Amino acid sequence: MIEDIKILEAVERYISGQMTPDERVYFEGLRKSNPEIDQMVVEHTFFLQQMNRFDEVRKIKSTLNETHIHLAEKGLIKSPRLRGKAKVVYLYNRYKRVASIAATIAGITALTISILVSSITPARQKTEIDYLRGEIKTIKKQNIDIKNETSRQAMEINNVKKDIYSDEKSRPVITYKTGGTGFLVDVKGYIVTNAHVVENAKNIAVQKSGEEDLSAAIVYKDIQRDIAILKITDKAYKTPASIPYAIKRSGGDIAEPIYTLGYPRTDIVYGEGYLSASTGFNGDTLSCQITVPANRGNSGSPILNRNGEIIGILNAKQNTAEGAVFAIHSKYIIDALAELHRDTTYRNLKTPTSSTLKGTDRMQQVKKISNYVYMVKVD
Amino acid sequence: MVLNKGFLKTENNESLLLQGLARNDKRAIETIYKDNYNIVQALVINNNGTAEDAKDIFQETMIVLYEKVQSGTFELNCQIKTFVYSVSRRLWLKRLMLQNRFNLSDGHEEMVSVDDEVEEHERRNSEFSMMEKAMSGLGEPCKSLLEAFYLQKRSMQEIAVGFGYTNAENAKNQKYKCLMRLKKLFFSQYKNESP
Repeated sequence: MIEDIKILEAVERYISGQMTPDERVYFEGLRKSNPEIDQMVVEHTFFLQQMNRFDEVRKIKSTLNETHIHLAEKGLIKSPRLRGKAKVVYLYNRYKRVASIAATIAGITALTISILVSSITPARQKTEIDYLRGEIKTIKKQNIDIKNETSRQAMEINNVKKDIYSDEKSRPVITYKTGGTGFLVDVKGYIVTNAHVVENAKNIAVQKSGEEDLSAAIVYKDIQRDIAILKITDKAYKTPASIPYAIKRSGGDIAEPIYTLGYPRTDIVYGEGYLSASTGFNGDTLSCQITVPANRGNSGSPILNRNGEIIGILNAKQNTAEGAVFAIHSKYIIDALAELHRDTTYRNLKTPTSSTLKGTDRMQQVKKISNYVYMVKVD
Repeated sequence: MVLNKGFLKTENNESLLLQGLARNDKRAIETIYKDNYNIVQALVINNNGTAEDAKDIFQETMIVLYEKVQSGTFELNCQIKTFVYSVSRRLWLKRLMLQNRFNLSDGHEEMVSVDDEVEEHERRNSEFSMMEKAMSGLGEPCKSLLEAFYLQKRSMQEIAVGFGYTNAENAKNQKYKCLMRLKKLFFSQYKNESP
Protein backbone atom coordinates (compact mmCIF):
# COMPACT_ATOMS: atom_id res chain seq x y z
CA MET A 1 0.00 0.00 0.00
CA ILE A 2 2.80 2.42 0.88
CA GLU A 3 4.43 1.36 -2.39
CA ASP A 4 1.23 2.16 -4.27
CA ILE A 5 0.98 5.59 -2.70
CA LYS A 6 4.59 6.31 -3.72
CA ILE A 7 3.94 5.19 -7.29
CA LEU A 8 0.81 7.32 -7.54
CA GLU A 9 2.70 10.30 -6.21
CA ALA A 10 5.39 9.80 -8.84
CA VAL A 11 2.77 9.46 -11.57
CA GLU A 12 1.12 12.68 -10.45
CA ARG A 13 4.39 14.58 -10.32
CA TYR A 14 5.23 13.25 -13.77
CA ILE A 15 1.88 14.31 -15.24
CA SER A 16 1.97 17.77 -13.74
CA GLY A 17 5.58 18.27 -14.86
CA GLN A 18 7.03 18.68 -11.36
CA MET A 19 9.84 16.19 -11.87
CA THR A 20 13.47 17.24 -12.25
CA PRO A 21 14.96 16.40 -15.70
CA ASP A 22 16.89 13.44 -14.21
CA GLU A 23 13.84 12.04 -12.47
CA ARG A 24 11.89 12.46 -15.66
CA VAL A 25 14.37 10.50 -17.74
CA TYR A 26 14.41 7.75 -15.13
CA PHE A 27 10.63 7.67 -14.93
CA GLU A 28 10.22 7.55 -18.70
CA GLY A 29 12.56 4.56 -18.77
CA LEU A 30 10.39 2.93 -16.13
CA ARG A 31 7.28 3.65 -18.20
CA LYS A 32 8.82 1.96 -21.22
CA SER A 33 9.93 -1.13 -19.38
CA ASN A 34 6.88 -1.49 -17.17
CA PRO A 35 3.54 -1.59 -19.00
CA GLU A 36 1.63 -1.42 -15.71
CA ILE A 37 3.15 1.94 -14.85
CA ASP A 38 2.54 3.09 -18.41
CA GLN A 39 -1.11 2.12 -18.12
CA MET A 40 -1.34 3.94 -14.79
CA VAL A 41 -0.02 7.13 -16.36
CA VAL A 42 -2.49 6.93 -19.23
CA GLU A 43 -5.43 6.15 -16.97
CA HIS A 44 -4.56 8.74 -14.40
CA THR A 45 -4.08 11.45 -17.02
CA PHE A 46 -7.50 10.67 -18.39
CA PHE A 47 -9.02 10.66 -14.95
CA LEU A 48 -7.48 13.97 -13.93
CA GLN A 49 -8.72 15.46 -17.19
CA GLN A 50 -12.21 14.21 -16.39
CA MET A 51 -12.03 15.76 -12.93
CA ASN A 52 -10.83 19.06 -14.28
CA ARG A 53 -13.51 19.18 -16.92
CA PHE A 54 -16.09 18.38 -14.30
CA ASP A 55 -14.84 21.23 -12.17
CA GLU A 56 -14.75 23.69 -15.07
CA VAL A 57 -18.25 22.88 -16.25
CA ARG A 58 -19.53 23.08 -12.71
CA LYS A 59 -18.01 26.54 -12.36
CA ILE A 60 -19.44 27.69 -15.70
CA LYS A 61 -22.83 26.41 -14.66
CA SER A 62 -22.78 28.45 -11.51
CA THR A 63 -21.60 31.56 -13.37
CA LEU A 64 -24.43 31.06 -15.87
CA ASN A 65 -26.98 30.81 -13.09
CA GLU A 66 -25.71 33.94 -11.39
CA THR A 67 -25.69 35.77 -14.71
CA HIS A 68 -29.25 34.70 -15.41
CA ILE A 69 -30.55 35.97 -12.09
CA HIS A 70 -28.56 39.18 -12.39
CA LEU A 71 -29.75 39.95 -15.95
CA ALA A 72 -33.35 39.03 -15.17
CA GLU A 73 -33.39 41.33 -12.15
CA LYS A 74 -32.00 44.21 -14.18
CA GLY A 75 -34.55 43.53 -16.88
CA LEU A 76 -31.88 42.96 -19.52
CA ILE A 77 -33.39 39.64 -20.53
CA LYS A 78 -37.07 38.91 -20.71
CA SER A 79 -37.08 35.98 -18.31
CA PRO A 80 -39.82 36.14 -15.69
CA ARG A 81 -38.37 36.36 -12.20
CA LEU A 82 -38.78 33.26 -10.14
CA ARG A 83 -41.61 33.67 -7.72
CA GLY A 84 -44.08 31.05 -6.53
CA LYS A 85 -42.67 28.43 -8.80
CA ALA A 86 -39.26 28.57 -7.23
CA LYS A 87 -40.73 27.39 -3.97
CA VAL A 88 -42.41 24.46 -5.65
CA VAL A 89 -39.15 23.56 -7.34
CA TYR A 90 -37.35 23.94 -4.04
CA LEU A 91 -39.86 21.69 -2.27
CA TYR A 92 -39.67 19.21 -5.09
CA ASN A 93 -35.91 19.09 -4.84
CA ARG A 94 -36.14 18.62 -1.12
CA TYR A 95 -38.56 15.76 -1.42
CA LYS A 96 -36.49 14.26 -4.18
CA ARG A 97 -33.65 14.01 -1.70
CA VAL A 98 -35.83 12.47 0.99
CA ALA A 99 -37.27 10.06 -1.53
CA SER A 100 -33.85 9.01 -2.69
CA ILE A 101 -32.73 8.42 0.89
CA ALA A 102 -35.85 6.35 1.49
CA ALA A 103 -35.17 4.42 -1.67
CA THR A 104 -31.60 3.78 -0.59
CA ILE A 105 -32.75 2.46 2.78
CA ALA A 106 -35.31 0.27 1.06
CA GLY A 107 -32.62 -0.93 -1.32
CA ILE A 108 -30.25 -1.81 1.52
CA THR A 109 -33.02 -3.62 3.38
CA ALA A 110 -33.94 -5.59 0.30
CA LEU A 111 -30.30 -6.45 -0.29
CA THR A 112 -29.80 -7.58 3.31
CA ILE A 113 -32.88 -9.75 3.13
CA SER A 114 -31.82 -11.29 -0.15
CA ILE A 115 -28.34 -11.99 1.27
CA LEU A 116 -29.92 -13.59 4.33
CA VAL A 117 -32.25 -15.63 2.18
CA SER A 118 -29.52 -16.77 -0.15
CA SER A 119 -27.28 -17.69 2.75
CA ILE A 120 -29.90 -20.02 4.17
CA THR A 121 -30.92 -21.48 0.85
CA PRO A 122 -29.08 -24.71 0.04
CA ALA A 123 -26.63 -24.18 -2.79
CA ARG A 124 -27.95 -25.28 -6.14
CA GLN A 125 -25.88 -27.01 -8.73
CA LYS A 126 -23.95 -25.69 -11.67
CA THR A 127 -26.30 -24.83 -14.55
CA GLU A 128 -26.11 -21.11 -14.13
CA ILE A 129 -28.35 -20.17 -16.98
CA ASP A 130 -31.87 -21.31 -17.06
CA TYR A 131 -33.80 -21.11 -20.26
CA LEU A 132 -37.30 -20.22 -19.32
CA ARG A 133 -39.06 -22.78 -21.38
CA GLY A 134 -42.07 -23.95 -19.46
CA GLU A 135 -43.28 -27.46 -18.90
CA ILE A 136 -46.94 -27.68 -19.66
CA LYS A 137 -48.51 -29.89 -17.09
CA THR A 138 -50.51 -32.86 -18.22
CA ILE A 139 -53.38 -31.76 -16.04
CA LYS A 140 -53.46 -28.43 -17.76
CA LYS A 141 -53.21 -30.16 -21.07
CA GLN A 142 -56.17 -32.30 -20.19
CA ASN A 143 -58.06 -29.18 -19.28
CA ILE A 144 -57.23 -27.75 -22.64
CA ASP A 145 -58.32 -30.95 -24.30
CA ILE A 146 -61.63 -30.84 -22.52
CA LYS A 147 -61.99 -27.21 -23.47
CA ASN A 148 -61.12 -28.05 -27.02
CA GLU A 149 -63.57 -30.85 -27.01
CA THR A 150 -66.42 -28.69 -25.77
CA SER A 151 -65.59 -25.90 -28.13
CA ARG A 152 -65.37 -28.35 -30.94
CA GLN A 153 -68.82 -29.54 -30.10
CA ALA A 154 -69.99 -25.97 -29.90
CA MET A 155 -68.57 -25.42 -33.33
CA GLU A 156 -70.39 -28.39 -34.63
CA ILE A 157 -73.63 -27.07 -33.26
CA ASN A 158 -73.01 -23.65 -34.63
CA ASN A 159 -72.24 -25.26 -37.94
CA VAL A 160 -69.03 -23.37 -38.47
CA LYS A 161 -67.25 -23.74 -41.79
CA LYS A 162 -66.87 -27.35 -42.60
CA ASP A 163 -63.29 -27.26 -43.74
CA ILE A 164 -62.03 -26.07 -40.37
CA TYR A 165 -63.91 -28.79 -38.66
CA SER A 166 -62.69 -31.55 -40.92
CA ASP A 167 -59.19 -30.20 -40.54
CA GLU A 168 -59.52 -30.35 -36.78
CA LYS A 169 -60.84 -33.84 -36.92
CA SER A 170 -58.13 -35.20 -39.13
CA ARG A 171 -55.48 -33.83 -36.83
CA PRO A 172 -54.02 -36.36 -34.41
CA VAL A 173 -54.35 -35.53 -30.75
CA ILE A 174 -51.04 -34.04 -29.71
CA THR A 175 -49.72 -33.79 -26.19
CA TYR A 176 -47.68 -30.62 -25.89
CA LYS A 177 -44.97 -30.96 -23.30
CA THR A 178 -43.01 -27.75 -23.23
CA GLY A 179 -43.67 -24.22 -24.25
CA GLY A 180 -42.80 -20.59 -24.23
CA THR A 181 -44.06 -17.31 -25.56
CA GLY A 182 -43.97 -15.72 -28.98
CA PHE A 183 -45.31 -12.59 -30.62
CA LEU A 184 -46.51 -11.63 -34.06
CA VAL A 185 -44.15 -9.62 -36.25
CA ASP A 186 -46.19 -9.78 -39.43
CA VAL A 187 -49.96 -9.97 -39.74
CA LYS A 188 -49.61 -12.89 -42.11
CA GLY A 189 -48.91 -15.07 -39.10
CA TYR A 190 -45.17 -14.80 -38.51
CA ILE A 191 -44.26 -15.22 -34.87
CA VAL A 192 -40.90 -14.60 -33.22
CA THR A 193 -39.82 -16.75 -30.30
CA ASN A 194 -36.62 -18.30 -28.91
CA ALA A 195 -34.88 -21.06 -30.82
CA HIS A 196 -34.54 -23.09 -27.61
CA VAL A 197 -38.32 -23.04 -27.15
CA VAL A 198 -38.87 -24.95 -30.39
CA GLU A 199 -35.78 -27.11 -30.02
CA ASN A 200 -36.43 -30.75 -31.02
CA ALA A 201 -40.02 -29.90 -31.86
CA LYS A 202 -42.15 -32.40 -33.70
CA ASN A 203 -45.33 -30.37 -33.60
CA ILE A 204 -45.80 -26.75 -32.72
CA ALA A 205 -48.98 -24.93 -31.84
CA VAL A 206 -49.62 -21.38 -30.77
CA GLN A 207 -52.49 -20.19 -28.66
CA LYS A 208 -53.83 -16.99 -27.12
CA SER A 209 -55.52 -16.91 -23.69
CA GLY A 210 -58.82 -18.74 -23.97
CA GLU A 211 -58.58 -19.44 -27.69
CA GLU A 212 -58.00 -22.40 -29.94
CA ASP A 213 -54.63 -23.96 -30.68
CA LEU A 214 -53.27 -22.98 -34.07
CA SER A 215 -50.67 -25.18 -35.69
CA ALA A 216 -47.46 -23.50 -36.76
CA ALA A 217 -44.18 -24.40 -38.43
CA ILE A 218 -40.61 -23.19 -38.04
CA VAL A 219 -39.48 -21.09 -40.98
CA TYR A 220 -36.25 -19.76 -39.51
CA LYS A 221 -34.00 -20.81 -36.68
CA ASP A 222 -30.74 -19.29 -35.42
CA ILE A 223 -29.55 -21.30 -32.45
CA GLN A 224 -26.59 -19.06 -31.70
CA ARG A 225 -28.72 -15.97 -31.35
CA ASP A 226 -31.56 -18.03 -29.94
CA ILE A 227 -34.14 -16.66 -32.34
CA ALA A 228 -36.75 -18.65 -34.24
CA ILE A 229 -39.49 -17.47 -36.55
CA LEU A 230 -42.66 -19.51 -36.85
CA LYS A 231 -45.47 -19.20 -39.31
CA ILE A 232 -49.02 -20.04 -38.35
CA THR A 233 -50.14 -22.58 -40.91
CA ASP A 234 -53.57 -23.19 -39.46
CA LYS A 235 -56.55 -22.22 -41.65
CA ALA A 236 -58.41 -21.02 -38.56
CA TYR A 237 -55.93 -18.15 -38.13
CA LYS A 238 -57.58 -14.80 -38.64
CA THR A 239 -55.28 -12.14 -40.03
CA PRO A 240 -55.38 -8.95 -37.92
CA ALA A 241 -55.40 -5.59 -39.70
CA SER A 242 -52.06 -4.36 -38.44
CA ILE A 243 -49.49 -4.80 -35.71
CA PRO A 244 -49.55 -2.01 -33.12
CA TYR A 245 -45.96 -2.19 -31.94
CA ALA A 246 -42.66 -1.56 -33.71
CA ILE A 247 -39.36 -3.33 -33.35
CA LYS A 248 -36.74 -0.83 -32.30
CA ARG A 249 -33.39 -1.32 -33.97
CA SER A 250 -31.35 0.70 -31.50
CA GLY A 251 -32.52 -1.31 -28.50
CA GLY A 252 -32.80 0.30 -25.07
CA ASP A 253 -30.81 2.34 -22.57
CA ILE A 254 -29.77 1.41 -19.09
CA ALA A 255 -32.40 2.25 -16.46
CA GLU A 256 -35.08 2.53 -19.11
CA PRO A 257 -38.40 1.23 -17.77
CA ILE A 258 -39.59 -1.85 -19.63
CA TYR A 259 -42.41 -4.36 -19.47
CA THR A 260 -43.16 -7.78 -20.79
CA LEU A 261 -46.10 -10.04 -21.60
CA GLY A 262 -45.75 -13.80 -21.55
CA TYR A 263 -47.21 -17.17 -20.73
CA PRO A 264 -45.55 -18.60 -17.61
CA ARG A 265 -49.03 -20.09 -17.07
CA THR A 266 -51.91 -20.68 -19.43
CA ASP A 267 -53.02 -17.08 -19.00
CA ILE A 268 -51.06 -14.13 -20.24
CA VAL A 269 -49.02 -12.47 -17.46
CA TYR A 270 -47.76 -8.89 -17.33
CA GLY A 271 -44.46 -7.97 -15.70
CA GLU A 272 -42.53 -4.73 -15.44
CA GLY A 273 -39.00 -3.70 -14.62
CA TYR A 274 -36.03 -1.92 -16.11
CA LEU A 275 -33.04 -2.51 -18.34
CA SER A 276 -30.14 -3.10 -15.97
CA ALA A 277 -27.08 -3.71 -18.17
CA SER A 278 -26.30 -3.43 -21.84
CA THR A 279 -24.65 -6.85 -22.00
CA GLY A 280 -25.92 -10.27 -21.05
CA PHE A 281 -24.54 -13.23 -19.11
CA ASN A 282 -20.74 -13.02 -18.81
CA GLY A 283 -20.59 -9.92 -20.97
CA ASP A 284 -22.45 -11.50 -23.89
CA THR A 285 -23.07 -8.74 -26.41
CA LEU A 286 -25.95 -10.50 -28.13
CA SER A 287 -28.15 -9.86 -25.14
CA CYS A 288 -28.76 -7.40 -22.35
CA GLN A 289 -29.65 -7.79 -18.71
CA ILE A 290 -33.06 -6.79 -17.47
CA THR A 291 -34.76 -6.85 -14.11
CA VAL A 292 -38.24 -8.18 -14.50
CA PRO A 293 -40.14 -11.10 -12.97
CA ALA A 294 -39.63 -14.13 -15.20
CA ASN A 295 -40.53 -17.78 -14.91
CA ARG A 296 -40.53 -20.89 -17.01
CA GLY A 297 -42.65 -20.19 -20.04
CA ASN A 298 -41.52 -16.58 -20.30
CA SER A 299 -38.92 -17.47 -22.93
CA GLY A 300 -39.72 -15.60 -26.11
CA SER A 301 -41.67 -12.84 -24.39
CA PRO A 302 -41.38 -9.43 -26.00
CA ILE A 303 -39.61 -6.73 -23.97
CA LEU A 304 -41.26 -3.39 -24.62
CA ASN A 305 -40.38 0.18 -23.72
CA ARG A 306 -42.82 2.87 -22.69
CA ASN A 307 -43.59 3.76 -26.31
CA GLY A 308 -44.70 0.22 -27.01
CA GLU A 309 -41.60 -0.55 -29.03
CA ILE A 310 -39.99 -3.97 -28.79
CA ILE A 311 -36.41 -3.71 -27.58
CA GLY A 312 -35.67 -7.38 -26.96
CA ILE A 313 -36.80 -10.96 -26.43
CA LEU A 314 -36.61 -12.48 -22.98
CA ASN A 315 -34.55 -15.66 -23.17
CA ALA A 316 -32.84 -16.73 -19.99
CA LYS A 317 -32.35 -16.29 -16.30
CA GLN A 318 -29.22 -16.67 -14.22
CA ASN A 319 -29.66 -19.27 -11.50
CA THR A 320 -26.80 -18.10 -9.38
CA ALA A 321 -27.89 -14.48 -9.14
CA GLU A 322 -31.13 -13.05 -7.90
CA GLY A 323 -33.21 -11.26 -10.48
CA ALA A 324 -30.75 -11.46 -13.37
CA VAL A 325 -32.81 -12.03 -16.49
CA PHE A 326 -31.47 -11.74 -20.01
CA ALA A 327 -32.99 -10.58 -23.25
CA ILE A 328 -31.73 -10.77 -26.82
CA HIS A 329 -31.28 -7.38 -28.46
CA SER A 330 -34.12 -6.47 -30.79
CA LYS A 331 -31.76 -5.70 -33.65
CA TYR A 332 -31.25 -9.44 -34.07
CA ILE A 333 -34.98 -9.85 -34.69
CA ILE A 334 -34.68 -7.30 -37.46
CA ASP A 335 -31.59 -9.08 -38.80
CA ALA A 336 -33.39 -12.42 -38.71
CA LEU A 337 -36.41 -10.98 -40.52
CA ALA A 338 -34.15 -9.36 -43.11
CA GLU A 339 -32.40 -12.66 -43.68
CA LEU A 340 -35.69 -14.47 -44.09
CA HIS A 341 -36.90 -11.73 -46.40
CA ARG A 342 -34.03 -12.47 -48.78
CA ASP A 343 -35.56 -15.86 -49.43
CA THR A 344 -38.03 -15.45 -52.29
CA THR A 345 -40.71 -17.45 -50.49
CA TYR A 346 -40.87 -14.77 -47.81
CA ARG A 347 -40.63 -11.69 -50.02
CA ASN A 348 -43.86 -10.30 -48.66
CA LEU A 349 -42.62 -10.35 -45.07
CA LYS A 350 -42.76 -6.91 -43.47
CA THR A 351 -41.00 -5.69 -40.34
CA PRO A 352 -43.20 -3.47 -38.18
CA THR A 353 -41.40 -0.15 -37.94
CA SER A 354 -43.88 2.25 -36.42
CA SER A 355 -45.65 1.98 -33.13
CA THR A 356 -49.19 3.27 -32.81
CA LEU A 357 -48.96 2.96 -29.04
CA LYS A 358 -46.81 6.02 -28.35
CA GLY A 359 -48.39 8.27 -25.82
CA THR A 360 -51.15 5.85 -24.82
CA ASP A 361 -51.19 4.64 -21.24
CA ARG A 362 -49.78 1.32 -20.17
CA MET A 363 -53.16 -0.38 -19.67
CA GLN A 364 -54.27 0.41 -23.20
CA GLN A 365 -50.92 -0.70 -24.59
CA VAL A 366 -51.10 -4.02 -22.77
CA LYS A 367 -54.69 -4.58 -23.84
CA LYS A 368 -53.74 -4.08 -27.47
CA ILE A 369 -50.47 -5.98 -27.39
CA SER A 370 -51.84 -9.03 -25.61
CA ASN A 371 -53.82 -9.79 -28.79
CA TYR A 372 -50.55 -10.36 -30.57
CA VAL A 373 -48.72 -12.42 -27.97
CA TYR A 374 -49.09 -16.18 -28.19
CA MET A 375 -48.26 -19.16 -26.07
CA VAL A 376 -45.97 -21.42 -28.06
CA LYS A 377 -46.54 -25.11 -27.33
CA VAL A 378 -44.13 -27.76 -28.40
CA ASP A 379 -44.35 -31.50 -28.64
CA MET B 1 -8.32 29.74 -32.97
CA VAL B 2 -8.82 29.96 -36.70
CA LEU B 3 -10.94 32.83 -37.88
CA ASN B 4 -12.82 33.04 -41.10
CA LYS B 5 -11.82 36.21 -42.92
CA GLY B 6 -15.33 36.90 -44.14
CA PHE B 7 -16.51 39.19 -41.41
CA LEU B 8 -13.58 40.61 -39.57
CA LYS B 9 -15.25 43.53 -37.91
CA THR B 10 -17.69 41.80 -35.61
CA GLU B 11 -15.35 38.88 -35.64
CA ASN B 12 -12.68 40.57 -33.52
CA ASN B 13 -15.18 41.51 -30.94
CA GLU B 14 -16.77 38.09 -30.98
CA SER B 15 -13.50 36.23 -30.68
CA LEU B 16 -12.67 38.36 -27.65
CA LEU B 17 -15.98 37.35 -26.15
CA LEU B 18 -15.25 33.69 -26.82
CA GLN B 19 -11.82 33.94 -25.28
CA GLY B 20 -13.51 35.48 -22.26
CA LEU B 21 -15.97 32.60 -22.11
CA ALA B 22 -13.12 30.10 -22.23
CA ARG B 23 -11.65 31.81 -19.14
CA ASN B 24 -15.02 31.83 -17.35
CA ASP B 25 -14.91 35.63 -17.50
CA LYS B 26 -18.06 37.08 -15.99
CA ARG B 27 -18.35 40.12 -18.23
CA ALA B 28 -17.92 38.15 -21.44
CA ILE B 29 -20.49 35.61 -20.33
CA GLU B 30 -22.91 38.36 -19.37
CA THR B 31 -22.57 39.99 -22.81
CA ILE B 32 -23.14 36.76 -24.72
CA TYR B 33 -26.01 35.90 -22.39
CA LYS B 34 -27.69 39.28 -22.78
CA ASP B 35 -27.34 39.32 -26.57
CA ASN B 36 -28.71 35.85 -27.22
CA TYR B 37 -31.04 34.80 -24.46
CA ASN B 38 -34.25 36.39 -25.71
CA ILE B 39 -34.17 34.73 -29.12
CA VAL B 40 -33.74 31.31 -27.57
CA GLN B 41 -36.46 31.96 -25.03
CA ALA B 42 -38.83 32.99 -27.82
CA LEU B 43 -38.01 29.82 -29.73
CA VAL B 44 -38.67 27.58 -26.75
CA ILE B 45 -41.81 29.36 -25.54
CA ASN B 46 -43.27 29.42 -29.06
CA ASN B 47 -42.74 25.68 -29.23
CA ASN B 48 -44.49 24.32 -26.17
CA GLY B 49 -41.80 25.25 -23.65
CA THR B 50 -41.74 27.29 -20.46
CA ALA B 51 -39.35 30.02 -19.37
CA GLU B 52 -37.70 27.43 -17.17
CA ASP B 53 -37.13 25.14 -20.18
CA ALA B 54 -35.71 28.10 -22.07
CA LYS B 55 -33.23 28.79 -19.31
CA ASP B 56 -32.13 25.14 -19.27
CA ILE B 57 -31.73 24.96 -23.01
CA PHE B 58 -29.90 28.26 -23.24
CA GLN B 59 -27.48 27.36 -20.47
CA GLU B 60 -26.82 23.98 -22.01
CA THR B 61 -26.08 25.76 -25.27
CA MET B 62 -23.64 28.02 -23.49
CA ILE B 63 -21.86 24.92 -22.21
CA VAL B 64 -21.67 23.52 -25.74
CA LEU B 65 -20.08 26.79 -26.81
CA TYR B 66 -17.76 26.72 -23.80
CA GLU B 67 -16.67 23.16 -24.55
CA LYS B 68 -15.98 24.15 -28.11
CA VAL B 69 -13.80 27.16 -27.33
CA GLN B 70 -12.04 25.14 -24.65
CA SER B 71 -11.09 22.39 -27.05
CA GLY B 72 -8.75 24.83 -28.82
CA THR B 73 -9.69 23.57 -32.26
CA PHE B 74 -12.70 25.82 -32.52
CA GLU B 75 -13.29 27.31 -35.92
CA LEU B 76 -15.67 30.18 -35.76
CA ASN B 77 -17.19 30.35 -39.19
CA CYS B 78 -20.45 31.97 -38.24
CA GLN B 79 -21.66 34.52 -35.74
CA ILE B 80 -22.09 33.52 -32.12
CA LYS B 81 -25.76 34.31 -32.50
CA THR B 82 -26.18 31.85 -35.36
CA PHE B 83 -24.29 29.15 -33.55
CA VAL B 84 -26.23 29.63 -30.31
CA TYR B 85 -29.56 29.60 -32.09
CA SER B 86 -28.68 26.48 -34.06
CA VAL B 87 -27.52 24.56 -31.01
CA SER B 88 -30.49 25.63 -28.90
CA ARG B 89 -32.85 24.64 -31.65
CA ARG B 90 -31.22 21.23 -31.95
CA LEU B 91 -31.28 20.66 -28.20
CA TRP B 92 -34.89 21.73 -27.88
CA LEU B 93 -35.92 19.58 -30.82
CA LYS B 94 -34.24 16.61 -29.17
CA ARG B 95 -36.09 17.24 -25.96
CA LEU B 96 -39.39 17.56 -27.82
CA MET B 97 -38.67 14.30 -29.58
CA LEU B 98 -38.28 12.62 -26.21
CA GLN B 99 -41.80 13.82 -25.45
CA ASN B 100 -42.92 12.64 -28.89
CA ARG B 101 -43.59 16.02 -30.40
CA PHE B 102 -41.75 16.75 -33.56
CA ASN B 103 -42.81 19.92 -35.29
CA LEU B 104 -40.90 23.08 -34.57
CA SER B 105 -41.85 26.46 -35.93
CA ASP B 106 -38.97 28.85 -36.50
CA GLY B 107 -38.65 32.57 -36.80
CA HIS B 108 -36.34 33.75 -39.55
CA GLU B 109 -33.07 33.05 -37.85
CA GLU B 110 -29.93 31.98 -39.63
CA MET B 111 -28.75 28.47 -38.92
CA VAL B 112 -25.71 26.22 -39.29
CA SER B 113 -25.36 22.47 -38.93
CA VAL B 114 -24.42 21.57 -35.37
CA ASP B 115 -25.01 17.82 -35.22
CA ASP B 116 -21.39 17.01 -34.41
CA GLU B 117 -21.23 19.61 -31.68
CA VAL B 118 -24.40 18.39 -30.05
CA GLU B 119 -23.25 14.79 -30.24
CA GLU B 120 -19.88 15.64 -28.72
CA HIS B 121 -21.65 17.61 -26.02
CA GLU B 122 -23.87 14.68 -25.16
CA ARG B 123 -20.84 12.48 -24.70
CA ARG B 124 -19.18 15.04 -22.44
CA ASN B 125 -22.40 15.65 -20.63
CA SER B 126 -22.70 11.99 -19.77
CA GLU B 127 -19.09 12.03 -18.53
CA PHE B 128 -19.97 15.05 -16.43
CA SER B 129 -22.90 13.32 -14.81
CA MET B 130 -20.82 10.20 -14.22
CA MET B 131 -18.27 12.28 -12.36
CA GLU B 132 -21.04 14.09 -10.52
CA LYS B 133 -22.54 10.79 -9.46
CA ALA B 134 -19.18 9.37 -8.46
CA MET B 135 -18.40 12.49 -6.43
CA SER B 136 -21.72 12.50 -4.65
CA GLY B 137 -21.44 8.77 -3.97
CA LEU B 138 -18.06 9.36 -2.38
CA GLY B 139 -19.30 11.23 0.68
CA GLU B 140 -17.42 13.46 3.08
CA PRO B 141 -14.66 14.12 3.97
CA CYS B 142 -13.33 12.28 0.90
CA LYS B 143 -15.05 14.62 -1.52
CA SER B 144 -13.69 17.82 0.01
CA LEU B 145 -10.27 16.27 0.47
CA LEU B 146 -9.96 15.35 -3.21
CA GLU B 147 -11.42 18.65 -4.38
CA ALA B 148 -8.95 20.54 -2.21
CA PHE B 149 -6.01 18.65 -3.65
CA TYR B 150 -6.94 18.11 -7.28
CA LEU B 151 -9.17 21.04 -8.08
CA GLN B 152 -8.13 23.82 -5.70
CA LYS B 153 -4.53 22.57 -6.03
CA ARG B 154 -3.75 22.99 -2.36
CA SER B 155 -0.68 21.35 -0.88
CA MET B 156 -0.85 18.28 1.32
CA GLN B 157 0.46 20.35 4.29
CA GLU B 158 -2.36 22.88 3.96
CA ILE B 159 -4.87 20.10 3.62
CA ALA B 160 -3.56 18.28 6.66
CA VAL B 161 -4.01 21.45 8.73
CA GLY B 162 -7.39 22.30 7.22
CA PHE B 163 -8.86 18.85 7.74
CA GLY B 164 -7.18 18.29 11.10
CA TYR B 165 -4.82 15.46 10.24
CA THR B 166 -1.80 15.20 12.51
CA ASN B 167 0.59 15.23 9.57
CA ALA B 168 0.79 15.40 5.79
CA GLU B 169 1.62 11.69 5.52
CA ASN B 170 -1.70 10.71 7.07
CA ALA B 171 -3.57 13.11 4.83
CA LYS B 172 -1.76 11.61 1.83
CA ASN B 173 -2.76 8.15 2.94
CA GLN B 174 -6.36 9.19 3.24
CA LYS B 175 -6.25 10.99 -0.10
CA TYR B 176 -4.98 7.83 -1.77
CA LYS B 177 -7.82 5.74 -0.38
CA CYS B 178 -10.39 8.35 -1.40
CA LEU B 179 -8.97 8.60 -4.90
CA MET B 180 -9.11 4.84 -5.40
CA ARG B 181 -12.75 4.86 -4.33
CA LEU B 182 -13.63 7.74 -6.63
CA LYS B 183 -11.91 6.08 -9.56
CA LYS B 184 -13.77 2.87 -8.93
CA LEU B 185 -17.09 4.70 -8.76
CA PHE B 186 -16.35 6.62 -11.93
CA PHE B 187 -14.96 3.82 -14.07
CA SER B 188 -17.66 1.36 -13.12
CA GLN B 189 -20.19 3.72 -14.71
CA TYR B 190 -17.87 4.48 -17.59
CA LYS B 191 -17.55 0.85 -18.54
CA ASN B 192 -21.29 0.34 -18.34
CA GLU B 193 -21.97 3.32 -20.54
CA SER B 194 -19.58 2.49 -23.37
CA PRO B 195 -19.99 -1.14 -24.41
